[in-house]
Amino acid sequence: MGLSTTPSYFAMIIKKRIDPFFWIAVFSTSTVVAFILFPLVEMVVQPSFQDLMEAAKDPDVLRSIWLSIYTAGMAALISFIIGTPFAYLLARKEFPGKKLVESIVDLPIMIPHPVVGIAILGIAGQNHWLGQIMQQVGIHIMGTVTGIVTVLTFVGLPFYVNTVKAGFEAIPVRLENVSRSLGASLTGTFFRVTFPLAWRSMLVGIIMCSARAISEFGAVVIVAYHPMIAPVMIYERFTAYGLKYSQPVAVWLIVVCLALFLLLRIVSLPKESKAKRG
Amino acid sequence: MINIESLRIELPGFTLQDINLSIEDGEFFTFLGPTGAGKTLVLEAIAGIVPITGGHIFVKGKDITHLPPDQRGIGIVYQDYALFPHLSVLENITYGLRYHKEDQQKSGNRVKKLIAQLGLKALAQRSIQHLSGGEKQRVSLARALAVNPSVLLLDEPLSALDPNFREEIREVLKKLHERLETTFLMVTHDFAEAMFLGQRTAIINQGKIEQIGPVSEVFKKPSTPFVAKFVGMKNVFPASFNGAMAMVDGLELQTESLPSEREGYVAIRPEDIMIKNEITFENDCNVFTGKVLDVTNRGPYHEISTRTGKVMFKAMLSKSDLLEIGLSEIKSVNIAIRPSDIHVF
Repeated sequence: MGLSTTPSYFAMIIKKRIDPFFWIAVFSTSTVVAFILFPLVEMVVQPSFQDLMEAAKDPDVLRSIWLSIYTAGMAALISFIIGTPFAYLLARKEFPGKKLVESIVDLPIMIPHPVVGIAILGIAGQNHWLGQIMQQVGIHIMGTVTGIVTVLTFVGLPFYVNTVKAGFEAIPVRLENVSRSLGASLTGTFFRVTFPLAWRSMLVGIIMCSARAISEFGAVVIVAYHPMIAPVMIYERFTAYGLKYSQPVAVWLIVVCLALFLLLRIVSLPKESKAKRG
Repeated sequence: MINIESLRIELPGFTLQDINLSIEDGEFFTFLGPTGAGKTLVLEAIAGIVPITGGHIFVKGKDITHLPPDQRGIGIVYQDYALFPHLSVLENITYGLRYHKEDQQKSGNRVKKLIAQLGLKALAQRSIQHLSGGEKQRVSLARALAVNPSVLLLDEPLSALDPNFREEIREVLKKLHERLETTFLMVTHDFAEAMFLGQRTAIINQGKIEQIGPVSEVFKKPSTPFVAKFVGMKNVFPASFNGAMAMVDGLELQTESLPSEREGYVAIRPEDIMIKNEITFENDCNVFTGKVLDVTNRGPYHEISTRTGKVMFKAMLSKSDLLEIGLSEIKSVNIAIRPSDIHVF
């Protein structure tokens, strides 16, 4: 009996044999997910409840987390205001040097973060004509919230522009042509057709931009060590007091950011992918 | 009246040139040509959507060449409908009304009438997401006509539709054109559509107009080899003429016309080439013997390729004719062509 069933049993296994690529995919997926989640989860669960509560009551911690969110939000707002028309231009018009302009937009992604801070300080200082003008009108970069927002906008803007550009590109240009042919001006067309179809991508752009801004450390620490944003405070506590003391602040920063981004994501979720239809 | 003078558009890798046209008020004019010929570009130039390199466009005597699209009063209907996905059917149709200084009651009546004519009453409050192709195209037509444009541009309005909707919208277009005073300009690559709807047509190929004229005349008397092939004359040969006699690659063809030039072309429709076993043709026919090279089933008919000397003729036979002759490849057959069926240009 046993012998006679053996060949068919093996045949079944061979028949059901899953392609090796499946196992490669399973392995790489679990590795990536574990690599990202494991350290983060460990960090979140390591501090005791008491440590967390203590950090939550610390006005310095609260102030730094608020400052992080505020400055990142401001960077996203500025990106929204100046980045939207720019992204629209990139999505819709061909012009000489467009490729160059597009790579300039991507530059802040590639430059090492402290270099960004140094570059900004270089033009904002007293030795530069721009810095002199700025000081005369009362704009100070070094060690100010303005400085932090400037740096965060610098690093966050490419994420906003690229996301929204893709959003505009997904809207068929024919919709705008039809709107024009029906008598709507360029501005009218933008507000009645393009914007209602692109606002979700703008929201996603805002999320991308502020997420990038909130995670910035290297550039900010050069321009403004004080007032302290959360990443700078976490670094300071780590160097001065060690791992245990810096973890609770990090946990709170992660929790607050996750909650905010989740909320924005839910708002931006499309019921149907409307923008792609024409 | 629309007058287009020496219109020229240069795009990377494509040039539209020497477009000269005049289209009467209220005419149904079609642009015919293969994909990529530049037909849509002509429409978009009239609408003001593409920047033009040279030439002028006049509508009712007014130079509109440099007017922005929103000041031209020219409507456009696209193949893919281009409906605003975030608006309802009614919102789509009434989109343009606010930009036109007009008595509200008058425009309201027009919209109501259009909605009724196009059978959109029951759909007015619906989202456009779940409409059928035919319904979408009717909404698109209503939207363009709601602002009472002097010219309506139709960019392959039937191409994306299923065959049954295509017939429906074709009828709708015909009726709308009869009822309205609007000039219709339609781009299509389908000669049958142009035949059914259009009064005159311009055949465009590789960015140039090949021929302009009434559709039936272009069909019967193409003036270039391209147009001849485009209207279905599958047998187009360069020829030299001696009186009414045409010489095609060593073959003498009797024609009925006396061409003024010594060199030109002859063109014959495949359905005008007769193929039989015995010689039972009328006396005055051009009769040759030929070898069958290929028989291709084209559904409703069969296409027969034959060779006589160096000349390849393509003929069309119904299934019953084919069976009667008992045609097979490499068989010798008799070919006859009436002189009146040979088009000379």
